[in-house]
Amino acid sequence: MSECKNCLQQISEYLDGQMDPELKKRLEEHLVFCHSCKVVLDSTRKTIELYCDGKLFQLPVAVRDRLHTALRQKLKDPSRC
Amino acid sequence: MTDSGETAVVKDDLALVAEAKAGSYEAFEELVNRYENKIYRLGLNVTGNPEDAEDVLQEAFLKAFQHLGEFRADSRFYTWLVRIAVNEGLMKLRKRRSDRSVPMEDEVGEDGELIPRELADWKPNPEQIFAQAEIESILRDAAQKLPPTYRTVFLLRDVEDLSTAETASVLNLSEGTVKARLFRARLMLREELSKVFKRG
Repeated sequence: MSECKNCLQQISEYLDGQMDPELKKRLEEHLVFCHSCKVVLDSTRKTIELYCDGKLFQLPVAVRDRLHTALRQKLKDPSRC
Repeated sequence: MTDSGETAVVKDDLALVAEAKAGSYEAFEELVNRYENKIYRLGLNVTGNPEDAEDVLQEAFLKAFQHLGEFRADSRFYTWLVRIAVNEGLMKLRKRRSDRSVPMEDEVGEDGELIPRELADWKPNPEQIFAQAEIESILRDAAQKLPPTYRTVFLLRDVEDLSTAETASVLNLSEGTVKARLFRARLMLREELSKVFKRG
């Protein structure tokens, strides 16, 4: 159980690839037999991947058009703001 | 014989900023083209609301242009722009705070223990199982359950790929606080998404 607690504390650093090699080795050994910690690690990694998916949250064309129109009106006009 | 086709010269951000400072709107527009998608996504994830995200997008670029003279070339233009956009997004949230249940700060406290409760495997590739609009809504709703101070750390570090030092500078936090909040934000989001994506 305390192994799991340690593992959990280190998951973030592990995902960032910023771990001390000895700690990393111990964590990976723990992950081989601890299914719960492996689930937490894998699903945390997937969480990050989903938010980074470039296909999601695309700027709608209409919003882009309104942005460029507004900027041109306000910034290209010498009497702006 | 070598290919003598012309190669387009891609100007770096700092060259475009210098031209924009000298009065070139076209140079500024090129910077807008480069970052409009990312700033919109950031606004959407910070505020959780498409209308607010559009306001954030417009205000961030307007303010960036108006304050371009204050930009110093010792940081990335994008990091400077992100700072403006995050502040705009957080301002929007503060205005709406009174009628929302989401806390601005972490009520648990940064040292409170986070115990994962959702320990079932996820369905493989949820992004292929759910429709795009559906998954965007799931991700947005999950992000909105986090206190904004955690959500922004996650968005800047993991989604916008800012370094720990850049994130700390944008949010006026210590690097230690950024790391602690990132750890908690990742686990909190995972917990929320697990409720939807777990098998069975």
